[in-house]
Amino acid sequence: MSSITGRSELDSQPSGDLAGSTRRLGDRVFAGLSVGSGVFVVVVIAAVAVFLIAQAWPSLRDDSVDFLTSRTWNPGGSPPAFGVADLLWVTVISSVVAMAIAVPISIGVALFLTQYAPPRLARPFAAAVDLLAAVPSIVYGLFGAYIVLDYLSSIQTGISTVLGWVPLFSGDNIIPNSIFAGSVILSVMILPIVTALSREVFAQTPAAHKEAALALGATRWEVIRTAVLPYGRPGVISASMLGLGRALGETIAVLLIINVVRGTFHWTIFTGGETFASRIARDAGEFDTPEKTGAYIAAGLVLFVLTFVVNAAARVVIERRKAFTE
Amino acid sequence: MSTVASTDRGTRPTPPSGSLVPQISRRRVAVDRIVTILVWVAFFLAVVPLAWILWTVLSKGFSLVLDSHWWTNSQAGISPRREGGGAYHAIVGTILMAVVTAVIAVPLAVFTAIYLVEYGRGRLARVVSFMVDILTGIPSIVAALFIYAVWVGVFRQQRVGFAVSLALVLLMIPVVTRSTEEMLKLVPNELREASYALGVPKWKTISRIVLPTALSGIITGILLGLARVMGETAPLIILAPYTAFINVDLFGGNMAALPTLIYTNFGNNIQPQLDRMWAAALTLILLVLVLNIAGRFVARFSAVRR
Repeated sequence: MSSITGRSELDSQPSGDLAGSTRRLGDRVFAGLSVGSGVFVVVVIAAVAVFLIAQAWPSLRDDSVDFLTSRTWNPGGSPPAFGVADLLWVTVISSVVAMAIAVPISIGVALFLTQYAPPRLARPFAAAVDLLAAVPSIVYGLFGAYIVLDYLSSIQTGISTVLGWVPLFSGDNIIPNSIFAGSVILSVMILPIVTALSREVFAQTPAAHKEAALALGATRWEVIRTAVLPYGRPGVISASMLGLGRALGETIAVLLIINVVRGTFHWTIFTGGETFASRIARDAGEFDTPEKTGAYIAAGLVLFVLTFVVNAAARVVIERRKAFTE
Repeated sequence: MSTVASTDRGTRPTPPSGSLVPQISRRRVAVDRIVTILVWVAFFLAVVPLAWILWTVLSKGFSLVLDSHWWTNSQAGISPRREGGGAYHAIVGTILMAVVTAVIAVPLAVFTAIYLVEYGRGRLARVVSFMVDILTGIPSIVAALFIYAVWVGVFRQQRVGFAVSLALVLLMIPVVTRSTEEMLKLVPNELREASYALGVPKWKTISRIVLPTALSGIITGILLGLARVMGETAPLIILAPYTAFINVDLFGGNMAALPTLIYTNFGNNIQPQLDRMWAAALTLILLVLVLNIAGRFVARFSAVRR
């Protein structure tokens, strides 16, 4: 596939570089393959959007309720009726809560690894945190569903008795397999991602900034507050958004941990629910007619757009930092 | 905690406060201490889950994994309530799909990295780099739905192992591309220039000088990418129905994999099923960890020397 796109792209490739100017056959093939592969990546992203839209469109056209604001899900009915309002809510709130838990801890871990840890131990410690990213998400799902739930239910009860007057923390429909439980596991999953990038930017803090703060008599914390954190802020924001993107799209851990709750809708995070990804995966066996499948593909399309926006924003933030520091 | 903090403090050059500034206010010292404790706590909060997960999976899964049948038998003819059977069918499936994924993804990813470092200038390069980032963040379920839309929706094919590999290609490309790109950037420009000065064509410079110098980074990327795709479950659920039998045909029939073996045994609290589930989880973790540690080992001991 790459060679086809590559060949068509070849002629437009400028060969201005020193060694490429002789236009040997090997050079042309190699340049073609490289450009072709690069273009292939762009084409794939475009194709994802195009195919998802194309397959979702017929179902969306026949949808008898408003797709974005309805909570019904009956894509097999006649007429089909499906909306993603509750999926959108659970997806976003579970990821945001996960981020609220993970980001402060990640910043702490990144500061620890770059500013506090004994230099000799910093590397193995960092490797240990990185290993968290290597654990497959289905193992997180098992761990959450079989081990952590018992410990979390008392925390849930505690939070809901203190903060129960906030609709988000209401304890009226509390269940152990809650959105909150899913968020806690998601936070462990995104922690290594946020930590890795934050660590990188903290480590790049110019020594002159830190020494200037030290010279003014700053304590270690004051050095961090005045030199390290301001320098690393765009990187931390970008890292958090990458973590958010990961949490939004997580499938199997959410599927195994959070229970489905039918009936009326509640704002509380201590009840169950389904995210885009978990509903698509749970109902994968029901992809029998194109109309029904189209409804799920439409849900996947919304998730794609959501993660695209979040990841693009993360990229923009870090790009602006680069432009600023160079 | 405080003792740890104080010994830690001793290993670093202390701020030149003592002589010039007679006394730091009590409040500032206290805040400094509290933050020190907090970052240690944060670190332990991050490491505890890792140890806890590894211990849980190890303690619940090891007895079945130590059984030789686990590595040689499939689940054929084993009813949910019966003990026994193995994970051979799932291990074979996982490795087959991963290998095919790598065969497709690695050339594309390496050439994309070569493009970004050696050829890419201007707007197209920025777009490609941006799209690699987007591909990094694409949820596996979206990649799976995309392949489903093409493979089943357009081409009217059955759900088979090869379709999973295609979805995994999308997830593996960015990992290998980024890792290769980082390594290619580290290759000193003097090497390229020396080669050009001798009249060596660009493609030969890249394939004989640049790539060999960056080989370790590329291998690390491939191993980390393999580790990532082996643990993915969502594409398997969408594209490859589980089977208890051994199947080595990527283009025909259902194909088992370790994540779907776990998923199949999840949910019913029947002891033989739970045992199989944890044992499969341990097998998967072992596979992924070995690849990960191997990748880091390669990266550590054969990095580009400046």
